[in-house]
Amino acid sequence: MRRALALAALALAVAQPAAADSVSRGRALFVEGCSSCHGFDARGVAGQGPSLVGAGAAAADFYLSTGRMPLDAPGRQPLRDDPAYDRADIDALVAYVASLGPGPAIPDVDPARGDLAEGQRSFTANCAGCHQVVGRGGVVTGGFSPSLHEATARQIGEAVRVGPYLMPPFDEHRIDRHTLDSIARYLRYARHPDDRGGWGLFEIGPVPEGMVAWLLGGVLVLVVVRLLGERNE
Amino acid sequence: MRALGRWLVAALLLLIGRRRARPARPERPRYEAGGRDELLVLTLLAAVPAACVAFVVVYFTDASTQWLGLALGGAFALAAAAAGIAGKRLVSQKRHVEPRPELEHPEEQEEVLRELHEPGEGLTRRRLLLTAAGGAVAALLGALAIPALSLGPGAGGRLTRSPWRRGRRLVDEQGRPIAAATIEVGNFLTAFPEGADKEDFASPLVVVRIRPDELRLPAHRSNWAPDGILAFSKICTHAGCAVALFRYPLYRPRSPKPALVCPCHYSTFDVARGGHRIFGPADRALPQLPLAIDGEGNLVAAGDFSGRVGPSWWGVRKS
Repeated sequence: MRRALALAALALAVAQPAAADSVSRGRALFVEGCSSCHGFDARGVAGQGPSLVGAGAAAADFYLSTGRMPLDAPGRQPLRDDPAYDRADIDALVAYVASLGPGPAIPDVDPARGDLAEGQRSFTANCAGCHQVVGRGGVVTGGFSPSLHEATARQIGEAVRVGPYLMPPFDEHRIDRHTLDSIARYLRYARHPDDRGGWGLFEIGPVPEGMVAWLLGGVLVLVVVRLLGERNE
Repeated sequence: MRALGRWLVAALLLLIGRRRARPARPERPRYEAGGRDELLVLTLLAAVPAACVAFVVVYFTDASTQWLGLALGGAFALAAAAAGIAGKRLVSQKRHVEPRPELEHPEEQEEVLRELHEPGEGLTRRRLLLTAAGGAVAALLGALAIPALSLGPGAGGRLTRSPWRRGRRLVDEQGRPIAAATIEVGNFLTAFPEGADKEDFASPLVVVRIRPDELRLPAHRSNWAPDGILAFSKICTHAGCAVALFRYPLYRPRSPKPALVCPCHYSTFDVARGGHRIFGPADRALPQLPLAIDGEGNLVAAGDFSGRVGPSWWGVRKS
């Protein structure tokens, strides 16, 4: 329903002559698609959605470009989906949200500048608890932690700085710019990790590895038994 | 792993092939045990206590668990190999019946029986082998019993001692002090006591910051969280995993409240209420460390933990 409204808003926006100012175009899109939860002035509606004053460009771009907003129903966990708006509309909405007050800007993340080993260390220490060591995702009580394999470097950077939904935010003191590049680089690598030894076994840790070891060991024991034993004639 | 798999398949094929290729292997008279086989079995049996001793040495020198496993697994493998070879080569698997006439005189009969049961000169082959096997089994049992020492009184001190004292600074993984002003609301980080062993049970802390108006601490802990900064033991009170998950809602009215979550079994601890357990198998709160901010603005401990650190066992169920 909300998505239909958003699409209707999009259609309306496209039909109108291009607004001179992207902020005012963003505001128009906002009123059409977002205001039922966030309020006409983006100051939030009690119990429905938060105020976006100070949310910043990073939060707006993250939520819109990953398709997490608009949300079907307030209170549901925003999950990754196809974006409801095209890039130009997202840019307009981002410009509007950023104009509301100072907030985190869209971070400049470039995996090529990062260091793979440092990225793995930092990701393991700060992120892997929820997102799993190769970013496959998992759960935390009260919500899902999403897989990071589809996330672009920019979206990763935005999520780290904003802390969407239940994720804690990490600022420059906790994860600096260079470490952020490194984390993005590690996550690009983690989509297709180089599994030393050959079998990745879903990269979910020692449990399947132990099971495989037991199965192989069991086969080996059977072979030994077969060699030692003799058929009763 | 792939290479290991290939080796395994190759070994399997070789073994099967070996059996197929020589089906009509001339039956060796196995009961005529050669000295070589005996020597092999004896060597294997003697190696079992050696591996057991290696296990005990590794246990007391705190080397890695891989070496522990290798030593104990090796002892079992050697014992199994000895048993296998002895069964195949030393002990006759055939039943032989040799008829003989009944002895005429009962005295003679008794003498023959006595001679049969009388031990021979010195150590017989049979006794040597049995002694070696007994030694191997005793060594294995000993090695298996040794780790029980970990449950003894020696372990108690390690479990209860805490490096946290009033005024001890918190440091990050690189040993740098942590300025309270650098921690934003919603942040979480791992901290350690300055100048203490990081591997100590009570050392690792998880530090989080929430808004001071969100705090619901018990009255006697009201000054434990300066500026909403809280510190807890990072060791879960259920099974001792590292509490590595922190959820902090971006929009409070529609989301679960801030909490620390253990990734092993999802025990969930309410940070605002001083680590009170709200979900999961843990049955006591996460121990909280009172914090203060020193003159330079760095985080310091203001005392010791609110309760015993680490998983619950006898006597530490509640605290």
